[in-house]
Amino acid sequence: MSRWFSLARWWSMVLKEFLQLRRDRITFGMIIGLPLVQLTLFGFAINTDPRHLPTAVVAGEHSEFTRSYLAALQNSDYFQIIGTLPDQAAATQALVQGKVQFVVHIPPDFSRRLVRGEHPSLLVEADATDPAATGMALAALGQLAQTAAHKDLNGPLAALQPAPPAFDVTVHRLYNPEGNTQFNVVPGLMGVILTMTMVMMTGLAMTRERERGTMENLLATPVRPLEVMSGKIIPYVAIGLVQSTIILLAARYVFHVPIVGNVGTIYLAALLFVAANLTVGITLSSLAQNQLQAMQLTMFYFLPNLLLSGFMFPFRGMPGWAQFIGNLLPLTHFNRLIRGILLKGSGLVELWPSIWPLLLFTTVVMGIAVKFYRRTLD
Amino acid sequence: MTEYAIDVHGLNKHFGDKHVVKDLSLRVRRGEIFGFLGPNGSGKTTSIRMMCGLLTPDSGSGQCLGHDLSDSDAIKRKVGYMTQKFSYWDDLTIRENLDFVARMYQMPRRREAVDRTLEGLGLTSRAKQLTGALSGGWKQRLALAACMLHEPQLLLLDEPTAGVDPSARRDFWEELHRLAAQGISVLVSTHYMDEAERCHKLAYIAYGRLLAQGTADEVIASQSLATWAVAGTRLAELSQLLHGQPGVAQTVVFGGALHVSGPDGALLEATLRRITAGQPVTLTQVATGLEDVFIYLMNQSADNYAVPA
Repeated sequence: MSRWFSLARWWSMVLKEFLQLRRDRITFGMIIGLPLVQLTLFGFAINTDPRHLPTAVVAGEHSEFTRSYLAALQNSDYFQIIGTLPDQAAATQALVQGKVQFVVHIPPDFSRRLVRGEHPSLLVEADATDPAATGMALAALGQLAQTAAHKDLNGPLAALQPAPPAFDVTVHRLYNPEGNTQFNVVPGLMGVILTMTMVMMTGLAMTRERERGTMENLLATPVRPLEVMSGKIIPYVAIGLVQSTIILLAARYVFHVPIVGNVGTIYLAALLFVAANLTVGITLSSLAQNQLQAMQLTMFYFLPNLLLSGFMFPFRGMPGWAQFIGNLLPLTHFNRLIRGILLKGSGLVELWPSIWPLLLFTTVVMGIAVKFYRRTLD
Repeated sequence: MTEYAIDVHGLNKHFGDKHVVKDLSLRVRRGEIFGFLGPNGSGKTTSIRMMCGLLTPDSGSGQCLGHDLSDSDAIKRKVGYMTQKFSYWDDLTIRENLDFVARMYQMPRRREAVDRTLEGLGLTSRAKQLTGALSGGWKQRLALAACMLHEPQLLLLDEPTAGVDPSARRDFWEELHRLAAQGISVLVSTHYMDEAERCHKLAYIAYGRLLAQGTADEVIASQSLATWAVAGTRLAELSQLLHGQPGVAQTVVFGGALHVSGPDGALLEATLRRITAGQPVTLTQVATGLEDVFIYLMNQSADNYAVPA
């Protein structure tokens, strides 16, 4: 037993890591600071449902109908009318310069044609360079026309009111009825922050030994690879759990994210995810020759996690091959786990489809790490 | 219990296409201080690392303290290895470093051993200082003490006294001799001639090849060099003049005299007499020193190395 794994040696590795960590003020500060900064930045900053978009009007006429439509735009919160423009040329210029997101054109004879029942058109030009910025607002436009028409076309004009559709569609927005972006982003940040810190910290921890020459000393002692690796991992598991706690507290009390599911399940998922990332960090550190390379490899690993995991962009919006890559990344599965537990109240049974990939990932990568750990200096 | 602490044959090691150690065979008796000499980059560190299991030789075999070289776990337990560069943790205190080492070797009375070592070092009062704050000399003493902590039977010391002041070096060598007297074997690499002379046995390695091995006297005798000391003025000029003359292998300035050595004593003497005729210098034949031999060996091997094998 002691030949292959000694608890005493393992424990002394753990102690040593904790001691060194405690004296490394910057790293220690980063462990607490990083989640706070990222939470504040992204939690408050990211909004996939932008409102109050600057809108200008090219008014060919002023009538009750047009006023009422513009008021409807304003009231929808999506559009903020910032002024009127004289003509098409001014409108184009404002769009090109990015001063406005939308220009509403009202033709000169709009009201007259409306009253005559000619179904006139309003033109809305949108700066659609960023689809995400305009999408929601544009989707609301049609509904707004209906609302405005409903209000103004009464009395003798009631005949012009659009007929109600043959059937209604009722939508239930489950788990996040108000479409609050933070409810989606803040739990997602937990995985992002854990990926970043866990992979980087372990990557640095191992390469630091090599860079400072202390690895040679370590290799000259009877310590076994598994003792070194797991001993180095343990402090970071603790750190991962501390970070998770910080993020959960912030989610609950700062962002008011509903925590529907079981807190124990959250920690179980976090633990599994932390383990997956630590094995990655250890593996990267076996490949890297120095701390700089470890950092570079961390970024290399981190970017696809950030972009393909469904944290930033909708997972189902990606083509099949990208979803395939995304499914190989632990963050993808953790995002499903944490959002599932927090917002949907999922239990272990419902979460199993996201749990086994994490288990498999951890096992495979740990195997690679042990294989690549250099017992010698060759 | 075998007679030799280290007994290796035909060790080879390549890094990429560089042949770093070539057919190294070495025997270190128990209780012997074995000096390992050679220029920088000659393969000393690589050889030492192979003997303590940090590197696997590409070919060759041997045993270390009765264990086959492949059984590096068993070797590691009985060997103390002091790296060339200080390799303890700067951000741990002195006590923490020693404690860590003691735990790694699972020493039965760990605290006692650490206390004893601290006391032996005279560092008890500074035990809580960070190791990184120690001076070079103290770091070296700490490193030796740390690699002695688990009471190894063999010490592998890689240039332990590089950058250490002379009095600290003298203390260090006294300690080594005390350890050797207790039956501990020591393999120590060094660049210093005075240290080489304090070793029981020597080996000279250059460009990965072992060129001479034995006691200091044996190493000197093995090259059968004749050496003359030329005393007088304008020795630098004379040195230029002698270069490449028949029988002259090398000229080295030692203080006020020029040491001229060559393998053929008679030829060397004839050349010297011819060149220095009429000049205000005195010629004396002297015993060839260790340093003369080492410089000779280094030059020879450099010549050999220049010719592709």
